[in-house]
Amino acid sequence: MELLTILLQATAALGWAGVGAGIAAVGAGIGIGRIGGSALESIARQPEASGDIRANMILAAALIEGVALFAVIVCLLVVLG
Amino acid sequence: MKKLLFLALVLAGASFNAFADDPESEAHGEEHATEAHAEGHAEESTFNAGEMIMHHIADAHEIHFLTTGSGKDVAISLPIILLGDNGLEVFSSSHFYHGEEIHLEKGHGFAYDDKYVMVDEVIYNYAADGHHGIKTDESGAIINSKPMDFSITKTVVGLLLTTIILLWIMISVGRAYKRKGHKEAPSGLQSLIEPLIVFVEDQVIIPSIGSREKAAKFTPFLLTVFFFIWIANLLGLMSFLGGYNVMGSMGVTLVLAFFVLIITNINGNKHYWKHIFWPDGVPLPIKFILVPIEAVQILLKPTVLMIRLTANITAGHIIILAFTALIFIFGQSGVGAGIGVGIGSTIFMVFMFFIELLVAFLQAYVFTLLSSLYFGSAVEDAHH
Repeated sequence: MELLTILLQATAALGWAGVGAGIAAVGAGIGIGRIGGSALESIARQPEASGDIRANMILAAALIEGVALFAVIVCLLVVLG
Repeated sequence: MKKLLFLALVLAGASFNAFADDPESEAHGEEHATEAHAEGHAEESTFNAGEMIMHHIADAHEIHFLTTGSGKDVAISLPIILLGDNGLEVFSSSHFYHGEEIHLEKGHGFAYDDKYVMVDEVIYNYAADGHHGIKTDESGAIINSKPMDFSITKTVVGLLLTTIILLWIMISVGRAYKRKGHKEAPSGLQSLIEPLIVFVEDQVIIPSIGSREKAAKFTPFLLTVFFFIWIANLLGLMSFLGGYNVMGSMGVTLVLAFFVLIITNINGNKHYWKHIFWPDGVPLPIKFILVPIEAVQILLKPTVLMIRLTANITAGHIIILAFTALIFIFGQSGVGAGIGVGIGSTIFMVFMFFIELLVAFLQAYVFTLLSSLYFGSAVEDAHH
C-alpha cells in the first residue's frame, strides 16, 4: 500500500502522464488482442484464406496502434512541456 | 557450432549499439564523475536516463558518434545556417559545441561568443541583458529573439542519405531494365527490388484504387513514399551511423501527409465530394451529424497518418534506448549489477531490434496502403 502511494505521488508530480500512457497501453492491448483472436479463429475455420486474413489483421492492428501511440505522444508532451 | 557463432556475433553487435549510447557520450564536457572514480554515492551528475533518451531521439546540430574514455568527442559538426538581423550567417556548429557551456535549471546550452546562444539545440540571439546571454521570464521559459534557422541538422543529413540511397537503388534498377528489357532475366539488385515493387503494386496499390489504369497516375508517388519511409526507418535503426530519427520528426511526416492530402483532394471526382457533403441513402437528421464528421475527416485522415508514423518510429527508438539505459541505471549501483542486468537487457534489446525491423516495413506498408485507399475513394465510380 505504501509503495502504491509513493508511486502515485511520483506520477502525480508529472501530471499523471505515466498513468495516461499506461491506460493507453491497456487500450491498445485489448483492441489488438481482440483482432488477433478473431483472426486466429477465422484462420482455423478457413486455412486457405490465411493470407487475406493476415493482411487485414496487420492493417487493423496498425490503425489501432496509431491511436494508442497518439496517446503516448500526448503523455510525452505533458512530461516534456 | 555455426549457430553459436552467429548468436555471439549478434549479441556482440547489439552491445556495440549500447556503446554508441554511452552516457559518457552525453554532455560535451559536462562533469561526469564516472562510477569507477567516484567514492560511491553522492555523485555530482548521476546518469539521467530520460535526458539521454530524449537527446538521442531529438534532432541535433552535430552527428555524435561516441566519446572516448579520455573525454574526447568523435562527432561531425554540421553547418549552421542562420538568417537574422545580421543577414545570412553560415558557420560550423563546433563554434557552439566547443564554445562556452551554460548550465541552466532546465536545459543545457552553449554560447557562441556574443552572437548566439543555443539551448537544447534551439538557437537564439544573444541577449546582452541576460544571464549568460539568455533572458528568461518568471516561469523559466526563454524569451530571447530567434534568428531563422535553416541549418543542416542531423535529421536533414538523414533525409539526404535516404534520398541518395533511394535514388542510387532505383536509378540503377531502372537502367538495368532499360538495358536488358524483356530479353534477360533480372539479376543482382533487380532481383531484390522487382518482387518488392510488384508486391506493393499488385497487392496494395491496385486493389485499393481499383484498376491498373486508374492507379497509373498514383503509382509513382506511392512507390516512392513506400521505399522512402522504409529506407529512412532502416537508416534510423543503425545507430552506429549516427542515430538518425528521420521519420520521428513531425516535419518530415507532415510533408508526406500534406502531399497525400493535396493529391486526394485534387483528384476527387464528383462522387467523392458528394459522398462527403451529401451522402446517398442517409436520412436527413443523420446527415447533420455525418457531414461535419466527414468534412473534418478530410483534414484528419492525413493528420493521423502523420502522427501514426512519427509516433511508431519514435516509440520504437525510445524502447530500445530505454533497455540500454537500464544497463547504466543498474550499473550505478555497481559493476556486477550492471553486467548482470546488461545480459538480460541486451537480449531484450536485440529482440526489440527485430521487432523494429518489422515495424520499419510495416509503417511504410500501412502508410502506402492507407494513402492508396484515400486515393481510391477519391477516384471511385458511382457504384460502391
